[in-house]
Amino acid sequence: MNIGLESEPEGTSQYLTFVCAGEEYGVEILCVQEIKGWEGVTRVPYTPPYLLGVMNLRGVIVPVIDLRMRFGLAPRAAGGSTVVIVVRVRDARAEKTAGIVVDAVSEVYSVAPDSIKPTPDLGPVAEAACVRGLTSVDNKMVMLLDIDALVTSCIAAPERP
Amino acid sequence: MTLDLAQFHDTFFAESFEALDSMENALLKLSAGDADFELINTIFRVAHSIKGGAATFGFSEVASFTHTLETLLDQLRGGKRRVDATLVDTLLRSGDLMRAMLLATQQKQPLDKTRVAALHAEIELILATPGDSPTTTVAAPPANAAQVPQAPSPVQLSPEETRSGWRIHFIPGPKLLRHGNDPLRLLRELTTLAPCDVRVDAKWIPPLSELDPEECRLSWRIEVNGPVQESAIKAVFDWVEGECDLKLEAFGPAAETSEMMPAPKIPPPVEEVAAAVAPPAIESAPAVEASLAPKNNAASTQAAASAAAAALPSAAAGDGGSIRVSIEKIDELLNSVGELVITQSVLSQLAAPLEGHDAEALRNALGQLERHMRNLQESVMRVRMLPISFVFNRFPRLVRDLGQRLGKKIELRLTGDSTELDKTVLEKIGDPLVHLVRNAIDHGIETPEVRLAAGKAAHGVIELSAYHKGGNVIVEVSDDGGGLKRERILAKARERGLVGADEELSEERVFNLIFAPGFSTADVVSDVSGRGVGMDVVKRNINELGGHVQIHSTPGQGSMVRIRLPLTLAILDGQLARVGSEVYVVPIVSIVETIQVRAEQVNSLASRAQVFRLRDDYLPIVRLYELFGIEPQYTDLLDGLLMIVEADGKRVGLFVDELMSQQQVVIKSLETNFRPVVGLAGATMLGDGRVALILDIPGVISRFQAQETRRSTAQQAA
Repeated sequence: MNIGLESEPEGTSQYLTFVCAGEEYGVEILCVQEIKGWEGVTRVPYTPPYLLGVMNLRGVIVPVIDLRMRFGLAPRAAGGSTVVIVVRVRDARAEKTAGIVVDAVSEVYSVAPDSIKPTPDLGPVAEAACVRGLTSVDNKMVMLLDIDALVTSCIAAPERP
Repeated sequence: MTLDLAQFHDTFFAESFEALDSMENALLKLSAGDADFELINTIFRVAHSIKGGAATFGFSEVASFTHTLETLLDQLRGGKRRVDATLVDTLLRSGDLMRAMLLATQQKQPLDKTRVAALHAEIELILATPGDSPTTTVAAPPANAAQVPQAPSPVQLSPEETRSGWRIHFIPGPKLLRHGNDPLRLLRELTTLAPCDVRVDAKWIPPLSELDPEECRLSWRIEVNGPVQESAIKAVFDWVEGECDLKLEAFGPAAETSEMMPAPKIPPPVEEVAAAVAPPAIESAPAVEASLAPKNNAASTQAAASAAAAALPSAAAGDGGSIRVSIEKIDELLNSVGELVITQSVLSQLAAPLEGHDAEALRNALGQLERHMRNLQESVMRVRMLPISFVFNRFPRLVRDLGQRLGKKIELRLTGDSTELDKTVLEKIGDPLVHLVRNAIDHGIETPEVRLAAGKAAHGVIELSAYHKGGNVIVEVSDDGGGLKRERILAKARERGLVGADEELSEERVFNLIFAPGFSTADVVSDVSGRGVGMDVVKRNINELGGHVQIHSTPGQGSMVRIRLPLTLAILDGQLARVGSEVYVVPIVSIVETIQVRAEQVNSLASRAQVFRLRDDYLPIVRLYELFGIEPQYTDLLDGLLMIVEADGKRVGLFVDELMSQQQVVIKSLETNFRPVVGLAGATMLGDGRVALILDIPGVISRFQAQETRRSTAQQAA
């Protein structure tokens, strides 16, 4: 019986969504530590271009990933409006913190597990391994990212000669 | 209310391991026959407190083994047994076993039961054979002594000490329960000695409104009806001593009264009993000088108490008030201080362009803040520093054991063991030093016969010394043995193709060959050394710490390995260098000099590689912008600067746009959230909050070599 309280089905999680090159992506909100403005990064040699570099997060060195470049979208120079989403992820051994550069933060949605559709076979594109599934909110498609896989694969990416 | 004892386990283990260290030290000092009372007491205290702790936490194997050991130690303490080399050896091995047992318990792994049983039996065998001290010959007939292993008490049963019964008045202090002691357990233990008649005295129980259930307000009168010796009863109450008032009164034949006052914290020397019983015998036992003179019992108690009190300050002097703090807490503190330093320099930069009267005052205040920050940072860094004696302390044992096994006579000299080093450095320097000392014993020091034949003293000397020099700590391991055999090393190196057949090498390079992986000149591989693993590991570990190793050796007179270590791993003296818009930190240790290049100093080799002539040397030129793929300000060598850097004996010229300031930087790991990158030692925050990467010169050089190899193969292919 529904008595006015918005009851959510079991397993519903909240996703923070953001926009990148016109597409909307979502990350589980529990992974998000904070959202920061762009303050510049220091490039690290021998890393792939989508690893913009490292930044100082209150005394801790944190890698910063450009999502556009990671997904092979048209790059856009980072500037004043660029937003860095700081996420905490788990790799095989430890918890790591990373920054993800996106165009703009959008909304927070509750997503029920049965509304998540499997990703259609996209072939061997970078996104495939990092997308947990698709869902639609108000007839818009939102790609839900597997943030652990995304960050871990970036950190472990082979060295650029 | 049940108390979760598990929360105390870590403290118990940490304290026990430390206590075992001090026990080992005391044992090593306890040269045979010289029964220094204070040393024996130290050893006894260790066994005693480990036994108590282990029993409290239910580690019964540890407790039972330690109990037997304590029995033996008690005999030493009481002068009933003389200390000799075999006994010290057994005690040392017991210490090792206790450590192993505690370690296994801590890691919840099965104990090596056979090892425990074997040593347990060995100690019981020793206990079963009467000591050679006169006291035992007077006091204990062998028949009685043989029963000891089964007896629950730690002291031999001798008829003189036994009474037909005891009256005990046991008045626990109010805090007894809080310290984890349970009177009931004590009473139960008493009843195992003999049938007891126990009466509780409840007259001190306060009214209910004032009752604190955690305070013990009961006292007991106990009659022990049986022939039990006094020390057995005292052993039961050993653990609550100082926290209770205990009156012992014997009844039956040869009645004696002895009173234990709560004053001395050290367990009451059992010899006071012995002194009362057999004064003439005890006088010849060297261990009990403390209770020699007084013949009457009350005076002897006093004397023992004052002896114990006199012993206290010297025992306590070593730990002049310290607390145990976890490393994480200190690192957190260090991090916060690092952040403060950055914030402070951001403030200073913001204040710099301001004008007017107030601005001047602000800048002054900020200057003061900066000085305070530096002080704070230094103090926090010092918290992480520990004396190198923590590492040196393991060597007396190692040298003794190994020397004995190899039949060599070795004297170990330790100097500068109060030199302080960062804890992380300290932890990592231990193993390399062990390798070096083992090598010195196995390969360096000769057997006594060889030494005598060479006109040297039969005793070899190994010296470990540590001292500060500049911003570094120098640790030296030297021996007066045979020295490195230059020809043999060279021959072996030629055989293995490390050195060309007709190549002549400088002394230094020959000695450095022994750091090559798998290099060994030992004819016979022993279990001590000679497998050729070791020296390369030594060198690698030390390099990882940012240190250097050097070897000096004179044939026939010995060798010396000198290790140079940074004071700390967390802070680095850096030279900031700019390449394009990037700023890098170059560790000052790696920099030889920095030069403005003149055209005639640069030569081009056949390929497009360039070398730079520095006096008599030709150095390769590493263009950092090329290596790291960044846009530089200058590409012409004449415009920028060349930093001559050195690592692993290799020198290169590192080409950068310009030098900036020199400063101490706090090293931050790239690995924490990212991954290690060859060529980078980490990163740091600059005054403006920006991140600057710290170069790792050995890594940069190996990157450069890899790049050159690729380039030349590409050229050959073209």
